[in-house]
Amino acid sequence: MGNWVVNHGLSALILVVWMGINIFIFVYFYLFYDLGPQFFYTRHLLGPALAWARAPAAVLNFNCLLILLPVCRNLLSFIRGSCACFRRSMRKQLDKNLSFHKLVAYMIGLMTAVHTIAHLLNLEWLNNSRQGDYDTLSTELSEIGDHSNETFLNPIRSPSTTPSYVAFTTIAGITGVIITLSLILIITSSMEVIRRSYYEVFWYTHHLFIIFFAGLVFHGAGRIVRSQTKDSMYEHNVAYCKDRPLDWGKIPECPMPQFAGGAPGTWMWVLGPMVLYVFERILRLYRSLQKVILRKTVIHPSNVLELQMQKKNFSMEVGQYVFLNCPSISQLEWHPFTMTSAPEEDFFSVHIRSMGDWTRDLISKVNEAEKGGFLPRIAVDGPFGTASEDVFDYEVSMLVGCGIGVTPFASILKSIWYKFKESNQKLRTKKIYFYWLCRETHAFEWFADLLHSLEGEMEERGMLNFLSYKLFLTGWDHSHAAHVMVHFDKDTDVVTGLKQKTHYGRPNWEKEFEDIRNAHPTSTVGVFLCGPLALGKTLESCCARYSDVDPRKARFYFNKENF
Amino acid sequence: MGQIEWAMWANEQALAAGLILLTGGVVGVAGQFKDWQFAAYGVAAGVFICLLEYPRGKRKKGTSIERTGQRYLTVCVKAFGPLTRNYYVRAGLHAVLSVPGGFMLPTVLGCVCVAIASLIYLLAAIRGEQWEPIMPRVESKERPGQSMKEPPTNPPPRPPAELRRKRQEDAAYVNPIPISVNSV
Repeated sequence: MGNWVVNHGLSALILVVWMGINIFIFVYFYLFYDLGPQFFYTRHLLGPALAWARAPAAVLNFNCLLILLPVCRNLLSFIRGSCACFRRSMRKQLDKNLSFHKLVAYMIGLMTAVHTIAHLLNLEWLNNSRQGDYDTLSTELSEIGDHSNETFLNPIRSPSTTPSYVAFTTIAGITGVIITLSLILIITSSMEVIRRSYYEVFWYTHHLFIIFFAGLVFHGAGRIVRSQTKDSMYEHNVAYCKDRPLDWGKIPECPMPQFAGGAPGTWMWVLGPMVLYVFERILRLYRSLQKVILRKTVIHPSNVLELQMQKKNFSMEVGQYVFLNCPSISQLEWHPFTMTSAPEEDFFSVHIRSMGDWTRDLISKVNEAEKGGFLPRIAVDGPFGTASEDVFDYEVSMLVGCGIGVTPFASILKSIWYKFKESNQKLRTKKIYFYWLCRETHAFEWFADLLHSLEGEMEERGMLNFLSYKLFLTGWDHSHAAHVMVHFDKDTDVVTGLKQKTHYGRPNWEKEFEDIRNAHPTSTVGVFLCGPLALGKTLESCCARYSDVDPRKARFYFNKENF
Repeated sequence: MGQIEWAMWANEQALAAGLILLTGGVVGVAGQFKDWQFAAYGVAAGVFICLLEYPRGKRKKGTSIERTGQRYLTVCVKAFGPLTRNYYVRAGLHAVLSVPGGFMLPTVLGCVCVAIASLIYLLAAIRGEQWEPIMPRVESKERPGQSMKEPPTNPPPRPPAELRRKRQEDAAYVNPIPISVNSV
């Protein structure tokens, strides 16, 4: 329990606060519409469905405000930067922006469903009331507005229409249908299956949010949720008059009740975040227009493309990522890549693997250019901060990279190399454990060079103990095993040529955590992962299990990259 | 967007549309709306579409992820052969199923969503995609490196008991407890 609090406490608190606000808003507005005397006659026509429609609407206002904020990455980066004096767990919360965005999206989906169902009932009952299907009071209430000087209660004025017709001829109805449809398309194209495999579909369909927000702002403009005006409630005694609807306007105690529609309120909630998001996109556009020099391109084995670039006033920190855009492939698509260069270098680089349409096109364009063409123009937005910035704050760090997920750590290791050479005092780290898990040997080669030079560097300075790394080949078979058995006695590893031997299979994390805890019984250990979710869960649970609540003993903090 | 298999998105959209049509139908029936017959149709059509769309098809490239418990429905859907394999048929079917939903408000959203799914399926059919069932995988080989959990059930091969018994004069020590064939 104590370990859970240490690692998840702040996330849980934020979730509880968010849920608490949602529940409070729901209950407050439910009671407002269900008990408010100005809605007495409205409730007579609609029953509890009035409150059941308005309460989710309020929750929707709140969540539509929230949903734009986690995806303003420049804003978040700014907050993260100015958080330097905050505790490290506070900055970790900003990593979970995408998870929060999804959670808010689920709430929006749920509340939309409740809101829509309640309004379906409302429209049906309003229509029936107008056609005189219910009691005298309902019929009288619905007829108010037929004569001049009367303000209507029932927004359906025609006695011979259908709910569908009303829905499509009122502002609220038509905007409601359009934005719900946009929301459904956004959600179905954002399912994990589609997002992971066909990023472009997800990205383009997601821009329907523009239609969503535009429709949302105008959704209440028709003012069709009606309540009795204050003056009318003063003159017209509801408790006495409700039993005498046929006498209204004829007896002095009951003049005709007057009604007014509620003013649209959503714009007050969402205008701020919409403006912030517009700024965010303008900023991305501005950054993208700045000139990027493609200094060098290298195609590594296993179809990995390295781009070395330079841009004016560009400064980065370890493990940060940038978004790349290639107008000649696609004007609108920006794809994230972690930088593999160190801040000490005079250029910044990314290693890109051929994964989908865009990356494949980029690699083929670069290939063509090498045969004597022009290199494609690249635009860069960023850099944006990630958890890897924290790696030097921990006395001991465990870095785990899977396959191409090793890229942020390439940046870190290179930075270490430079810091060594400069004997940089900023290095708080005393020990780094690096684990690289990979399925096939080809992917090692571009990274092996880096490790070679690091090995040499460390040997020269007699500091072989600073960095201890283990390489794991998780996809070995019998031919591999045979090969290794034959070359067992060689000094360097047969696969990578490094002094450190390659391990086969997956690491035994329990043992690794146990060993590190025994070696550093009083340290705070930062665990950094760039890899699959399943491994993240394993590491997270190991962190929780091997951490001590006592701050003087060994504690493990888990940080995960997410793309 | 060269690589996309549109059927995957069409499938997600159709499943969502089925649920929406079903929900709209339930509202219409439970609320005893005027045109409740269309709502009843919505319930039936919604359930049918959900059952049809629940099993995911096999992707041409990459790993196909099953939905939980889809195996039983896969068998049913597979049984219809070309009717379910061909996406032109599915597109047409969804287009036809969506129409009655348009006659009443609760089901109109379901109608539009099913129609959109039909359009995406049409696109998938034009691109030559078809529905292949995800069959249960053959048991993969035992992962190397797992530790042995069971103790051996058979003793190792040994010569017969007479040859194993030590001769008194050759023994390096004398056993305080006499040994029999059954002693450990």
